[in-house]
Amino acid sequence: MIETLTAETVALSKDEILRYSRHLIMPEVGMEGQLKLKQAKVLLIGAGGLGSPLALYLAAAGVGRLGLVDFDVVDFTNLQRQIMHGTSDVGRPKLESAADTIAEINPYVELVPHQARLCSENALEIFADYDIVADGTDNFATRYLVNDACVLTGKPNVYGSIFRFEGQASVFATREGPCYRCLYPEPPPPGLVPSCAEGGVLGVLPGIVGCIQALETIKLIIGKGEPLVGRLLLFDALQLRFRELRLRKNPECPACGARPTIDHLIDYEEFCGIRGQEAAEPMNGIPEITAVELKRMMDEGRTFQLVDVREPHEFDICRIPGSVLIPLGDVAARMNELDSAEEIVVHCRSGMRSAKAVDLLRKAGFRRIHNLKGGILAWSDQVDPSVPKY
Amino acid sequence: MAVKVMIPTPLRQYAGKQDSVELEAKTVGEALAGLTAQYSDLRRHLYNDDGKIRSFVNIYLNDEDIRYLHKEQTPLNDQDVLSIVPSIAGGRTLDPPGGVASVHTRALCCICR
Repeated sequence: MIETLTAETVALSKDEILRYSRHLIMPEVGMEGQLKLKQAKVLLIGAGGLGSPLALYLAAAGVGRLGLVDFDVVDFTNLQRQIMHGTSDVGRPKLESAADTIAEINPYVELVPHQARLCSENALEIFADYDIVADGTDNFATRYLVNDACVLTGKPNVYGSIFRFEGQASVFATREGPCYRCLYPEPPPPGLVPSCAEGGVLGVLPGIVGCIQALETIKLIIGKGEPLVGRLLLFDALQLRFRELRLRKNPECPACGARPTIDHLIDYEEFCGIRGQEAAEPMNGIPEITAVELKRMMDEGRTFQLVDVREPHEFDICRIPGSVLIPLGDVAARMNELDSAEEIVVHCRSGMRSAKAVDLLRKAGFRRIHNLKGGILAWSDQVDPSVPKY
Repeated sequence: MAVKVMIPTPLRQYAGKQDSVELEAKTVGEALAGLTAQYSDLRRHLYNDDGKIRSFVNIYLNDEDIRYLHKEQTPLNDQDVLSIVPSIAGGRTLDPPGGVASVHTRALCCICR
């Protein structure tokens, strides 16, 4: 797949031969494949759940240069799945943590950190130095950006995506195969993207999908086997079922079709319908109270109802004393349990779902109703630090 | 024809939490109509306001994309499997302070700030 690579210009040291011996004794890799790996330059977008197994296995396999694009820092919620980072790395930039981990696994790998947000202005320049791009991002805007930049630069895009218990993988943007836009011409509008109530991911899932991406990347480099081009692999972890769907190159595709209209990188936030959403989304005019004001209402012994609109499994994690659980999806059906004459405070984890609930209840005629600003997270920060955050 | 419709994780909450639904239909369109008649909340996730299948939701008959068959007119055979395959972005787990909208913008976004 990568014709530019030749196995002639580099050699392995004695130490490297020992290190890669289990590759070298396999005819499918052998010295030729290992030298191709050493010469290969792979760019990983994201150093998180998918990026961790990608980086670890590609480094261990002896990929010569690994570029990593990320700007985030490690936090405690990452550790459940982002196995490239450890407890002592919390608070450090992910790229620093990644550099340490990779140097420990394989000092023969050159790690190139790109401490930046990937964007239309820098993508082509960053991509120019690499042969293959592996997409481990977590948002639609960057996925379309990575796809278009790969099509424009002619680099294969090793794709993986996850949601809760379900994963997808494919290899896009090769000359012969379809690209991400052939599969999905447009992203979902923000309103139809699953919200926090349906979030979460099983920690092992990105491990499995990221490993598939690593495998496909290595196969592209050594030119062996049947690459996942023109095929979409679906993985259901709960059923432990792999399925494969056929992907076709769309002749009308605006990126890779016969008459492409995308000849430069565009504004991907606008394309994904995000621009302006930040301001519009926290619904205007929703009456709010702070966690400190809520505490004062309690201390003063005022009569009011405290409604928690999170899901039952979140209620099991932590709760504010005296709250009644009515998950957002049940609010419409259960509003008869609430007394519109009484004062009501609604909360969720961070204040978004409860704002929707307040909006719904106000439209139903509830007037003495407030949203707890910042949700139970703010309650933990400002009133009761013993309440765990998640 | 008795066919099975595979429901993806993000849409299961609108389909009685089931991972598949079995129904009788002669065409793909009929199967989807039957499905959304049974689970009305699924409708807005599968179709846009003009009644067309949304461009970020693909429908496969067995392993073939219906866009390359006869779309919703594609006839069904007994025991066929229809799969609804929406795009998933992956990664993000919980609601960030900016709300649902920032699900897209949080990481690696495309604006250099």
